[in-house]
Amino acid sequence: MEKNEVLKKVNDIFIDVLDNEDIVLSYETTAKDIEEWDSLNHIQLIVAIEKKFKIRFTTLEIQAWKNVGEMADSILAKVNT
Amino acid sequence: MKLFSDLKKNLKKDFSSLRPIKVALMGDTATQFLTLALRGAGYDSGFDLQIFEADFNQIERQVFDPTSELYEFAPELVIIFQASHKLVAKYNKLKPEQYSSFAESQLAQIENLYTSINNKLRAKIIFYNYPEIDDAIFGNYANKIESSFLFQQRKLNNELMTYASKLSNFYICDISSIQNQIGKTAMFQTSVYFNTEMVLSIDALPLVAARTISLIGSMYGKLKKCLIIDLDNTMWGGIIGDDGIENIQIGSLGIGKAFSEFQYWVKKLKNRGIIIAVCSKNTESVAKEPFEKHPDMVLRLDDIAVFMANWNNKADNIKLIQQILNIGFDSMVFLDDNPFERNMVRENIADILVPELPEDPGDYLEYLYTLNLFETSSFSNEDGERTKLYQVEAKRAALQTSYTNEDEFLKSLNMTSVVEPFNKFNTPRVAQLSQRSNQFNLRTVRYTEPDIEDLIGQNGVFTYAFTLEDQFGDNGLISVIILKHENNETLFIDTWLMSCRVLKRGMENFILNTIVNFAHTEGYKYLKGEYIATAKNEMVKDHYKNLGFKPDSNYWLLSTDNYQNKKCFINKK
Repeated sequence: MEKNEVLKKVNDIFIDVLDNEDIVLSYETTAKDIEEWDSLNHIQLIVAIEKKFKIRFTTLEIQAWKNVGEMADSILAKVNT
Repeated sequence: MKLFSDLKKNLKKDFSSLRPIKVALMGDTATQFLTLALRGAGYDSGFDLQIFEADFNQIERQVFDPTSELYEFAPELVIIFQASHKLVAKYNKLKPEQYSSFAESQLAQIENLYTSINNKLRAKIIFYNYPEIDDAIFGNYANKIESSFLFQQRKLNNELMTYASKLSNFYICDISSIQNQIGKTAMFQTSVYFNTEMVLSIDALPLVAARTISLIGSMYGKLKKCLIIDLDNTMWGGIIGDDGIENIQIGSLGIGKAFSEFQYWVKKLKNRGIIIAVCSKNTESVAKEPFEKHPDMVLRLDDIAVFMANWNNKADNIKLIQQILNIGFDSMVFLDDNPFERNMVRENIADILVPELPEDPGDYLEYLYTLNLFETSSFSNEDGERTKLYQVEAKRAALQTSYTNEDEFLKSLNMTSVVEPFNKFNTPRVAQLSQRSNQFNLRTVRYTEPDIEDLIGQNGVFTYAFTLEDQFGDNGLISVIILKHENNETLFIDTWLMSCRVLKRGMENFILNTIVNFAHTEGYKYLKGEYIATAKNEMVKDHYKNLGFKPDSNYWLLSTDNYQNKKCFINKK
């Protein structure tokens, strides 16, 4: 899977979970850029991503990403192994 | 089952026409998502749950401080959610010599919570029990060691049931059984727990919310009362009309066992008071044969309140069943193996619940277990007799057709009624009628057992419970009246409700005679009635008008002077 494909799927998940059609993610997007993306919704996003890609993140990974790009790298690493 | 994200989307919808309920939710772990899930699931059941969510881990402070937000909020319902993970944490901090008394000390704390809340609020309390955690310190041997965590946790769950059985306003929400159903790995997700301090996984939230809402629903009159079942390939394997009685599948062999086990389940429901009806496309005599003659049938004809077997369409037959039973479609469940029939019934009868039975009859029961269809918040001994009552009603209807004159028919019934104020013997049934009666209910004020107990002997409150017996049998307690002193001239009818199975017997006249005569002897000049419309009580819209009350702004007044007793054929016993 390619990174931009991951980004697109993650974008769809954000739109669905946060119930906001206008969200457009880039690799640089952080939680500060999206109003609904608080620590609680973060968990809901993680669980939805885990389901979509059939992967599991560790407790530490969930807290470590600085932006969407790092999150996508993390997904990519799991999906492609 | 909806997903958590679907429930969240509900929150943006319009709650304004829904029934508001004030709920306090207190947990010793984070409960933000549970709050959202409960409110979202409440929406789908017609409730506007107005939730006060206590700050994280504030249960004791909220409960023991009389000036807390909890008491200021004054909820009707209090939900307490103490997590199993916190239970382990408490156990972990004990000295080994304290292990064996852990359950006992926890229960004592729960009792303290209950007592404090109950002293200050008129609320129902819902307590989540503890999904099991096996800390694997002893392995299987934990079952033999009283001091093990597993032993203490199971004991606590068990003791909670005993405790709840003694209190009418303390309910257990059995989330432990949700974990039994979906497994611990689905119920609990470590990354969610360590990142947010929430013990319920995202996928478990809708299940926990649904279980909580169905309990709340049952407290507010949303109950299933009747199970309607198809016969061929639902009640037994095979087609009775084609295969014949000796070839249908039922009993201890192969797939027959699935149908037997299903029938035992239905029988238990019937014994609990769920009305069982049959709706089948069959020739009646052929359809009845297994019930009469097959040695392996668990259900017999006397378990079935209404038996509808003919070649008409099922929606029409179910409408007939509804007319005989006089209960709402929304309190009915219809089981049929045939997807076509299921859809036909769903399309024609909006409110009836038609579960999507699995294709394999072997899966029926396991699937039905997961639906938790028959939630209730009360149980009285009379419940088990309900089928008999409805069968008698069918006989009575048959007799009525032989009389052309209604008075003659009513006279022939030899009806008697016991009239009593509320007392400790009839309180459970009075409370139950108050929860269950939707149609013949003038103001639909719901009273629980403790509420009823409070009314007994209260100044200016006069209560009546009526039974009705006739030559066919005893209907038991079927009507409830609560009168309240408004002023020296006027007595207000706070509650007038009646079970619909005794409609058209002249009970209304008998009751009116009773209360008018009472009011008159007590010196009241007027009886004042009120009709509050709900989605279900249109039947009694003109109740007071029909009884001769005169409109008075939004109320109805009847003068007790010169009142002529109304005609009725019921004698006071």
